[in-house]
Amino acid sequence: MHSKPNKAWLYLLLSLVLLGAFLVYPLIDVLIYSVEEGFNFASQTYLGVGLYNYSYVLHDPYFLQAVRNTFVLVIITVPVSTGLALLISAGLSSIKPLRKLYQTVYFLPYVTNTLAVGLVFMVLFQKTEYTDGLVNLMLRWFGAGPIDFINGPHWAKMFVLCFYTIWVVMPFKILVLTGALASVNQDYYKAARVDGTSRRRIFFRITLPMISPMIVYLVITGFIGAFKAYSDAVALFGTDLNAAGMNTIVGYVYDMLYGDSGGYPSYASAAAIILFVIVLTITCINLLVSRRQLRD
Amino acid sequence: MNIQLQELTKRFPARGRKARGEVTAVDRLTFEVPDGLLVGLLGPSGCGKSTTLNMICGLETPTEGKIFFGGEDVTHLPPELRGVGMVFQNYALYPHLTVLQNITFPLENLKGAQKLTKAEMRRRALEAAALVQIEELLDRKPKELSGGQQQRVAIARALVKMPKVLLLDEPLSNLDARLRLQTREEICKIQKKTGITTLFVTHDQEEAMSISDRIVVMKDGVLMQQGAPQQVYDDPANLFVAKFLGTPPINVFEGTVRKERLLLAGQDVLAVPGAPDGSVWVGIRPEGFTPDANGPVACGLSRVEVLGRDVSIVCTHPACTTDTLRAIVNARHDVDGAADTVHFALHPDKVFLFDHETEVRIPFAVQG
Repeated sequence: MHSKPNKAWLYLLLSLVLLGAFLVYPLIDVLIYSVEEGFNFASQTYLGVGLYNYSYVLHDPYFLQAVRNTFVLVIITVPVSTGLALLISAGLSSIKPLRKLYQTVYFLPYVTNTLAVGLVFMVLFQKTEYTDGLVNLMLRWFGAGPIDFINGPHWAKMFVLCFYTIWVVMPFKILVLTGALASVNQDYYKAARVDGTSRRRIFFRITLPMISPMIVYLVITGFIGAFKAYSDAVALFGTDLNAAGMNTIVGYVYDMLYGDSGGYPSYASAAAIILFVIVLTITCINLLVSRRQLRD
Repeated sequence: MNIQLQELTKRFPARGRKARGEVTAVDRLTFEVPDGLLVGLLGPSGCGKSTTLNMICGLETPTEGKIFFGGEDVTHLPPELRGVGMVFQNYALYPHLTVLQNITFPLENLKGAQKLTKAEMRRRALEAAALVQIEELLDRKPKELSGGQQQRVAIARALVKMPKVLLLDEPLSNLDARLRLQTREEICKIQKKTGITTLFVTHDQEEAMSISDRIVVMKDGVLMQQGAPQQVYDDPANLFVAKFLGTPPINVFEGTVRKERLLLAGQDVLAVPGAPDGSVWVGIRPEGFTPDANGPVACGLSRVEVLGRDVSIVCTHPACTTDTLRAIVNARHDVDGAADTVHFALHPDKVFLFDHETEVRIPFAVQG
C-alpha cells in the first residue's frame, strides 16, 4: 500500500481535477469577487480592493431579514425533524405487521418533487377569494379565525415554511435512523431485558448511544441543508421572496445575481462567503460537542 | 437452587413463503440441573439448546411445559424476576460504557426496596470484578479488552446481581484455542467458588466433558441422554450419543449378531452374550483396540501417527462405515508401520451394539 503512492495519486487524478475545476476554483473566484469593490460585470473592471461589499451586505435590511429567517428555520427544523424522525423510526422498528408499508409511506416525500409538494401545501394553507384552504377550515372547527398562511403575518408564513421543511427532510432521516436501529445487535436488548431494564432506560442508555454517530451525522447535514434552504421558500411564496419577507441567505445570493435587482456578483459573493463562514463555524461547534459527548 | 424442566416444548412458526406449519425447536424436554452443580447442555448446532437456555432465562416463552426454580414455577415470570444471570455468546457488553459501568448496569435497574446506594453498587461491582480478577481493567471500554477479558467482564456483570442461576450461552466459542482451555478452567473455578447453579450451552463435547459435573445431550430438540460425563461416555444410550462424544470419534461398523457372537464382515470378533440375532451398528472406541497378532479383527494399515504418550493407528476395515478407522494404543506396543495389515483384539467394554433401525443401544454381558 505504502510502496506505490504515485499509483494512488493517479487513481485520484480524475476526481481531483474535477473537484479543482468545479469546487476549489469557484470558491477562490467567489472570494476574489467578494473583495473587488465597484465591480462592473459588463466591462469586467473594478475600482479597488476592500471589504465594502461585506459592509454593504451586512447593512442591507433584506440580507439581515434573510439571515434572521434562515436562523429561525435552522433552529426550529433541525431539532424538531431529527427528534420526530427518531420517534417515528423507534416506532417503526418496534412494530412487526405492515412495517414495510409504513416505511414506504414515510419515505414517499423524499422522492416527491419539491415544487409539487409546495403546490400541495398551497392548497392546504393558502387563503383565496373562493376558499380559506384546508387548514383554515379545520381551524374554524376549533373556533380560530382564518389565518392567511401564505400572504399573511410573518409568523404564519414562517410556520408553514418550517412545517414544510420538516416534512421534506424527515424521510431521509427516518431511513437512516431505521437502518441504524436495525443494525444494533439484538443481544444488547436481550442482556438488558434479563437485567430488568425498563424500556425507557433501554432507549436512553443503550439505543441512543449506539446510534449516536448516525444522529450526529443527521444533525450536521441537517444544519448544512437548512442553512442552504431556498427552493422550499420559492415553492411556497414565489420568487419574490424579499417582498414576502421570507427570503433566505441563499435566496439573497440568488437575487443579487439574477433577481430583479440582479447583476451584483460582488454582493452575492460577499453574502455567499458569509454563509460559508456561518456553516463552517456551526459544523465545527457541532463536531466538537458531539466528539466530547461520544468520549464521555 | 435446582432447575427443573418438565415436558418443555417450543414451537416456532415456519419461516419462508412456502413453509407451512411449525418447527419444533424443543420437544418435551425434561431434565434437572441439581443445586450448585455445573451442567453442560450439549448438542450439535440447531438442536434447540440455545432456545432451551432462552426459555430458562425468560427471553422466550415455552409453547408447552413448565420450568421450576427450586420448586417454584417460573414459567411465566419475566426474566428480571427469575434471578438469573446470563452470559451471551458475543458477551453483549455495552460498547459505550466502561467495564465498571457495564458491571454496575444491572444494579442500577433495581427498584423499590432493592434499590442500592451509589457506594453499595460500587462495592458490589468491585466484589464481582475481584471474583473474575479484572480489577485493573475497570476504566477501560470493552473494545480495549481481549476476548478472554471481555468474557470475564460479562461473567462479572451476570454475577453482580447475585443470581440464583447462572446461564452461559456458548461461553468459549469466541476464544482462541489456548484461551479456551484457560477460560474453561476459570469458569469451573468461579462456579465452584460461588457454588451457583450453572447451566452452559455448547456444541463442543470436549468442553462439556471437561468441566461439567453433569452433561445433557440433545439432538433435534429431544433429550438423548444425561448423566455424569464419564458415565455418558462409557454407557451411551444410542448411536448418536456414542458418535457425538469422544475425540477421536468412535469407529462405527455394520455388523451382525448370530448366536451371541458378533460378526464384522463375516468374521467372528467378539462374544456378545444376551444380544439377539440380527444386523446391528457396532461402535468401537479408539481405545478399544489392542494390537495382537492373534487378534480377530484384521485391518489394512494406512499409517501410524506417533503422539508421544500414545500411538494413533489409522487403518481400513471392510465393515467400517467410514473410509478409515482410528485406534489409539499405548506407545509401549510396537506397531510395524511398514506392514500391510494389523490385527487387533477388542476390549468388550469399549464395544457398543446399536439396533440397526432405532439406533438404540443393545446391551450385552461383558465377559472377562
